[in-house]
Amino acid sequence: MSEIEKHNYDVLVVGAGGAGLRAAIAARQAGLRVAVISKSLFGKAHTVMAEGGIAASMGNVNPRDNWQVHFRDTMRGGKFLNNWRMAELHAKEAPLRVWELETYGALFDRTKDGKISQRNFGGHEYPRLAHVGDRTGLELIRTLQQKIVSLQQDDARAINHEGADEGKMKVFAECTITELLKDDSGRISGAFGYYRETGGLVLFRAPAVILATGGIGKSFKVTSNSWEYTGDGHALALRTGSALLNMEFVQFHPTGMVWPPSVKGILVTESVRGDGGVLRNSEGKRFMFDYVPPVFRGQYAETEEEGDRWYEDPDNNKRPPELLPRDEVARAINSEVKAGRGSPHGGVFLDIASRRPADEILRRLPSMYHQFKELADVDITAEPMEVGPTCHYVMGGVEVDPDTAAATGVPGLFAAGEVAGGMHGSNRLGGNSLSDLLVFGRRAGDGAAAYVATLKGIYPAVTEGQLREAERTALTPFDVATSPEAENPYALHAELQQTMNDLVGIIRKEEEMREAIEKLESLKERTPRAGVEGGRRFNPGWHLALDLRNMLVVSLTVAKAALLRQESRGGHTRDDFPKMEPEWRAKNLICTTDGDEVIVVEQPMIPMREDLLELFDRDELAKYLTDAELPQEVQSS
Amino acid sequence: MSYDAQFRVWRGDDEGGDLVDYTVEVNEGEVVLDIIHRLQATQAGDLAVRWNCKAGKCGSCSAEINGRPRLMCMTRMSTFAENETITVTPLRAFPVMKDLVTDVSFNYKKAQQVPAFAPPPGLEPGEYRLAQIDVERPQEFRKCIECFLCQDVCHVVRDHEENKESFSGPRFLMRIAELDMHPLDALDRQHTAQEEHGLGMCNITKCCTEVCPEHIKITDNALIPLKERVVDRKYDPVVWLGNKIRRRPS
Repeated sequence: MSEIEKHNYDVLVVGAGGAGLRAAIAARQAGLRVAVISKSLFGKAHTVMAEGGIAASMGNVNPRDNWQVHFRDTMRGGKFLNNWRMAELHAKEAPLRVWELETYGALFDRTKDGKISQRNFGGHEYPRLAHVGDRTGLELIRTLQQKIVSLQQDDARAINHEGADEGKMKVFAECTITELLKDDSGRISGAFGYYRETGGLVLFRAPAVILATGGIGKSFKVTSNSWEYTGDGHALALRTGSALLNMEFVQFHPTGMVWPPSVKGILVTESVRGDGGVLRNSEGKRFMFDYVPPVFRGQYAETEEEGDRWYEDPDNNKRPPELLPRDEVARAINSEVKAGRGSPHGGVFLDIASRRPADEILRRLPSMYHQFKELADVDITAEPMEVGPTCHYVMGGVEVDPDTAAATGVPGLFAAGEVAGGMHGSNRLGGNSLSDLLVFGRRAGDGAAAYVATLKGIYPAVTEGQLREAERTALTPFDVATSPEAENPYALHAELQQTMNDLVGIIRKEEEMREAIEKLESLKERTPRAGVEGGRRFNPGWHLALDLRNMLVVSLTVAKAALLRQESRGGHTRDDFPKMEPEWRAKNLICTTDGDEVIVVEQPMIPMREDLLELFDRDELAKYLTDAELPQEVQSS
Repeated sequence: MSYDAQFRVWRGDDEGGDLVDYTVEVNEGEVVLDIIHRLQATQAGDLAVRWNCKAGKCGSCSAEINGRPRLMCMTRMSTFAENETITVTPLRAFPVMKDLVTDVSFNYKKAQQVPAFAPPPGLEPGEYRLAQIDVERPQEFRKCIECFLCQDVCHVVRDHEENKESFSGPRFLMRIAELDMHPLDALDRQHTAQEEHGLGMCNITKCCTEVCPEHIKITDNALIPLKERVVDRKYDPVVWLGNKIRRRPS
């Protein structure tokens, strides 16, 4: 048994991306002592990868925008499977959260009258995304990072010290949480983990834990996600007895790089299309006009001329279909490639070079220019890019209370950001992620603070036995390394990624998913034998061996839920059930675990509040809802 | 298309280490980080390396490649001859932890010493009005991905450990310049830049600008203008006189 470092906090935030940092700020401002766990160095979280912007109906560019329009767009984007209360809170509060960032020092691009500029994006009716060129995520993470430092400086000043004081809020960098701990009554009591740098083990005693760990993309081979995205929070929630919902909905971003192979999957921002870029197949055709689905017919341009006019005159023209929600565009690209009309490296062409002057491209999309120039030797101001779908985001996540972000079933557990489910329904609109992080990050921080206040200083205890068990689990990969049956964690990971990519990817079939579940079950048997060479100091093999456990259970929830949902909707496309079914819209699939087993059950959705229903035409509602769900008073008309 | 490359990678920890030779496969279009990952997966499972986005956006995979500070994810293998031996070592200005991972906490300490943005009194959230042309100058510096290559290459600290105490390095002097150029920041930054962060130690050799993967003109656009502002104030006779008069005890 080794020495275990111990800390006491009021709130532990697991994850240091946009949601985690915003939650930490809220909890600290509520007067609590807060620890932030960062799997990487501080400021490197996956949020930096977000490019396009933050959706908020400030109405700076088109004054007709308001929260109701944003709410409508979000529900349409998610094909009405969204938790409507979350979508409502999100649409109402996003502008406040963006304006607040300016008081932290963020510098957004401006309109002519000096307000925050807003850009067009897929599925958003009006220009809505506050942005900084195409590096908005970096601005967000840096701003929040600097706000954390600023609060630490306030804490130092309060005790007449110079610089920053970490006594009341501290970021634990390069630290990974492996277990959440509960007391006898089932309430959160803390979390256990290790420092990547030293391999030292650490216990955080805290009555409230906020999960803000992001997504699950590293379970797929072609992904825009970084190594951190191993579904840690999803898996921790399951192991602690909470529940996940909507796990079958995985967003494949339509435009990832496809060449060279080593960068396959890296994101090409939707802003390219928002700023005028178009998709073409190998015949040079703008194929998206052929892929406007019935639910969106009438909302998108039917000719290239009209689509092109929209950029200048959006009030009198309809938007081009390149700006349909992501799931539609990804499926369309997939179909074009399958039909043999793809680009040389198996994607399609994304062309902005022929549509905008070079200096404008450089100004509006500097990091895309840089990325293609340096990684693919392509000059996007002179030639088209090759792009194809890449696993980007998971709509599914921890089932939470919309107002407080409290996780189902486990007092003291909260979740915000990508790890939380419900907000985006079956498909997330671009730009709604950064706003989600801020709105629900703050709510989680406040929710945790309110919960901690009810405890009146008496916090649940952690037992020595729990510690020893967590330690044993964390060190297993070293113990099994010498066994003749030891497995290479990198090889196991590659198998897992290939399985998910091939069998539970963008287009799904029953027999393939059954095969996937079988493979995942056998990988589950082998994963405990993942052994590692070397010592505990910064040993990536060890880290991966532990992350694999999380990726596996999360992959099983995705595969099992996907097998059950017999319809196609948003980020879940069934070859064998191609239609969207109103009966299925009224249901969520809830995943829990019993020991090692993943269990999936149906759960009816709470019907939408009447005043929110009234924001839509009955004709539009009829495309999504069952007859019984349609508003009564107009049903007879 | 594929070939075997010769790699020399520094392996070790704070107690010592050495360059280790590897022969490793390289495929078309790959970058140095791909090769390091292949080494991990096939020959050295415990090889320590930091990385996140693999797209030049997070600034995690900084190392020295053939002695030059670079991001491994943005260094294409096609820039080397196939028979060239490629040497990868950790950032030299920071203490080694293990293999290619160094202790960069120096940078986070320096970040904590720069007073945060001070919002202008009397302006509520949503009331900020800024001209695009005025935000563009500080925006250039906010492109910084904190890869710390500039901190690593700067000769003020690279070969002079003793300067670290009094010198914040290009990254954080640029941060001060950024705040100084923020149209709404309410704090005076110029005095502390010189007195507390060691602006005077920078002798504008532009090494930082040269290694910046974001192509930020750190020296020309941040450090020199900041120096000029400091100097203007320090040697302006009117300001000098004003300070004298104001400081006279009443």
